[in-house]
Amino acid sequence: MQRFSALALARQAFAGHQGWQAQWRSPEPQAEYDAIIIGGGGHGLATAYHLANDHGINRVAVLEKGWIGGGNTGRNTTIIRSNYLFRESSSLYDHAVKRWETLSQTLNYNVMFSQRGVLMLAHTVHDVQVFQRHVHANRLNGVDNEWLTAEQAKDFCPPLRIEAGMRYPVLGAALQRRAGTARHDAVAWGYARAADSLGVDIIQNCHVSGIARDAQGAVSGVETSRGPIRTRKLGVVAAGNTSVVMGMAGVRMPLESYPLQALVSEPVKPVFPCVVMSNTIHAYISQSDKGELVIGAGTDAYISYSQRGALHVSTHTLEAICELFPQFRRMRMLRNWGGVVDVTPDRSPIIAKSPVPGLYVNCGWGTGGFKATPGSGHVFAWTMAKDEPHPINAPFTIERFRDGHLIDEAAAAAVAH
Amino acid sequence: MLLIPCPYCGPRPELEFSYAGQAGLVRPDNPAALDDAAWGAFLYERSNPRGPHDERWRHVHGCGRFFNARRDTVSDLFAASWKSGEAAP
Repeated sequence: MQRFSALALARQAFAGHQGWQAQWRSPEPQAEYDAIIIGGGGHGLATAYHLANDHGINRVAVLEKGWIGGGNTGRNTTIIRSNYLFRESSSLYDHAVKRWETLSQTLNYNVMFSQRGVLMLAHTVHDVQVFQRHVHANRLNGVDNEWLTAEQAKDFCPPLRIEAGMRYPVLGAALQRRAGTARHDAVAWGYARAADSLGVDIIQNCHVSGIARDAQGAVSGVETSRGPIRTRKLGVVAAGNTSVVMGMAGVRMPLESYPLQALVSEPVKPVFPCVVMSNTIHAYISQSDKGELVIGAGTDAYISYSQRGALHVSTHTLEAICELFPQFRRMRMLRNWGGVVDVTPDRSPIIAKSPVPGLYVNCGWGTGGFKATPGSGHVFAWTMAKDEPHPINAPFTIERFRDGHLIDEAAAAAVAH
Repeated sequence: MLLIPCPYCGPRPELEFSYAGQAGLVRPDNPAALDDAAWGAFLYERSNPRGPHDERWRHVHGCGRFFNARRDTVSDLFAASWKSGEAAP
């Protein structure tokens, strides 16, 4: 791997930038791998990286039906935080935040992680009570979160409107200062480059059409658009398509796939210092380093794999944004898109072994999986390599829906679903 | 926005409806007789198909009635809708 550094940049500048190599190969699939990951998004690529780096499993393939990072990894609003209510969740997401803090160094790739703070607005007495409970629960679990009055929130985020006459006045806010954003494409590319340098084959435009099983029922390989490939360990990290892929092995999942939309404005100079989320009126917004306002809308009401949402859903969010930040009323929106998110009944992910030997699944991240990418890959690779969960993902089984041990983060995305 | 064919009122915009999930889920007669796996499957497992999906809608801002519809989850096009209690086409 060609390492990136100021010295390397200077050397390439003198050479006219003709010496940069491709960041990862495009290999033909081999006949057999020690492990195969279905899904070349951030979580899948991170899993492959950790299988090779932490566990010495280097004969790994990542099969991606489109291009890497082209699904939800490239379609989210890049918000990273760990202020979840329950201990199981906050330890999982904080595991990821800690990894985000050193990820650029680890991967030798600038993922532009920016701990600019996430402000979650309270508009009703109920919101105030819930968020203060969150603050206390987070602090007991060792996760930073603090309560701000409306005036303190305005000091932290000057564009915020806190007038008393608003339909939904701002009564206060919870602030996680370690939270922030990162550059989503760089996360996929950085993991792909690091995994490739450890020998992982990243195979794009390779659609999986079947899962082969041996006489004992264990996984023996996959059928793909580029021929059959043998493996004894198969990790499904297929986000919205998880139900379809797991169905190939006869496993029914507690998942439903919904379209979730986001949109960006025209780029402007820096006007917005942090991330602001509002559950009650449903809006979340930040400004990318390119200058675009990045705005997240809600899920559509019905299941769909169409990767587009209805206009009335994004209109609803824009009305809320304009109410909170009237100075954005005259901005134009440039692009609007949708992703397909796999939602579990308790809004917590599944990172676990499946009932089929050799088949593992990492799914159910719903509307907020990007933030967990580095932690998710780490614990899922552990689960696949050792055939047992890491202590952090041990509660996130499929069987919790049979046994009733739900991790009920209905506020997981901090927005009403 | 979807144009949804209510079998009572005809095609109406999605804003008049609320979605009510997968169709044909029948609550077991005697839940106490089920084991945890069967009860968990009834509560939580869904077919979530990529393709034709039978689902329930309620025309909440119209006739107020529940009905069934078949929609392709990739194209979002409705193939059919039918009244509750009728056999699926």
